[in-house]
Amino acid sequence: MSADITTTQPAQRSDWLWYLGVPGVGVVLYLLYGQLIPISEWVTALFPVERNSHTGEAIAFFIYDVPKVLLLLTGIVFVTGVLRSWFSPERTRAILAGRNQIWGYPLAALLGVLTPFCSCSSVPLFIGFVSAGIPLGVTFSFLIAGPMVGPVGLGLLYGLVGWEIATIYLVFGFTIATVAGAVLGRMKLERYLQDWVQELNAGPVGDLPEEQLTLVDRLKMGLEQVREIVGKVWIWVLVGIGIGAAIHGYVPEAVMLRIMGGEAWWSVPAAVVVGVPMYTNAAGVIPIVEALLGKGAALGTTLAFMMSVIALSLPEMIILKQVLTLRLIAIFVAVVSSGILATGFLFNALL
Amino acid sequence: MEIKVLGPGCAKCKATVDLITRVAGEAGKEVTVDKIEDMRQIVGFGVMSTPGVVIGGKVVHVGTVPTHDQVLGWLG
Repeated sequence: MSADITTTQPAQRSDWLWYLGVPGVGVVLYLLYGQLIPISEWVTALFPVERNSHTGEAIAFFIYDVPKVLLLLTGIVFVTGVLRSWFSPERTRAILAGRNQIWGYPLAALLGVLTPFCSCSSVPLFIGFVSAGIPLGVTFSFLIAGPMVGPVGLGLLYGLVGWEIATIYLVFGFTIATVAGAVLGRMKLERYLQDWVQELNAGPVGDLPEEQLTLVDRLKMGLEQVREIVGKVWIWVLVGIGIGAAIHGYVPEAVMLRIMGGEAWWSVPAAVVVGVPMYTNAAGVIPIVEALLGKGAALGTTLAFMMSVIALSLPEMIILKQVLTLRLIAIFVAVVSSGILATGFLFNALL
Repeated sequence: MEIKVLGPGCAKCKATVDLITRVAGEAGKEVTVDKIEDMRQIVGFGVMSTPGVVIGGKVVHVGTVPTHDQVLGWLG
């Protein structure tokens, strides 16, 4: 992410608008967040249904959760967007290229979270990393962590399920990215790259001059991320919370306990098998996860489901097919899935 | 003037092509905009985040849809 903003004319007055406006809007949103319960109750009272009826409960739930999640998302995406302005793919590559192996993996996972990239850029990014001499395993750590531990997922987990599970998810998502990258790195898989990738010479890769961004530029980039990401996922949030509300109301607890209760050993692999091909994103799946947990689904099974939906997706595999052979994609999916399975079994055994 | 837009066909890449064509039209400049979708050519320019904009064989912009003013600047 670069060269987005022209900095030719320093306009002092509009700078101050940003310095005062951003904290100002932040405070207003924070106060609004604190008042969501009375506001949502007031709105719910406008509907011509009994408050304590089934429908009344569902409406209240929806009207409280939707603005809550959208406010949280806006805040988290803005902060991450500003942070990300320090980590262009070019800079991240420069940081990783000079690292030794052992620290390379966790560092790559961390940078995967902080570097902005969309799935349509994952191929040029992959090539850019590998051709600069960054080991394949380190590159995989980066590519796994990016989608797995994204700001949208963490924000929703924090808002809907609570900080404890959000923290567990963060720690284990990060660990899986690190360990899976290290395992893949040990397997010497370079020969399973597509031929044209192997033929690329590791020559110097084009460098754009790093431009100096002002604080206002970074704030603008944060805002741009909010516009882009929240503008894209809000519909998923609505659908997800809708489905979550339906599960709250209509799925009998006994059924849920039998399928996802953690008694059956196969519930964790089943969650992964269902989760991997599922085409949705963090915004759509986490409200569903919240409802599943509320119905008594085991934490390990639920974590495994959530991780496999978010981290491994069919469209991404199809994009990566341009640089990886099918065999390498299969190994990649197998290693990441094993990490997810281990996490699921661990939490079902512990709790 | 020849401008290449590098990108595998995502929404931002299309927006970039449209913007350059529109700005060139407004400014009355003759440009041909080539959309490069082939991944080998894209990585050949050393670009790591798309869309990328190439003018006269040089990468001038990567990662985002450029602003109106930036495009005007390139057109000279």
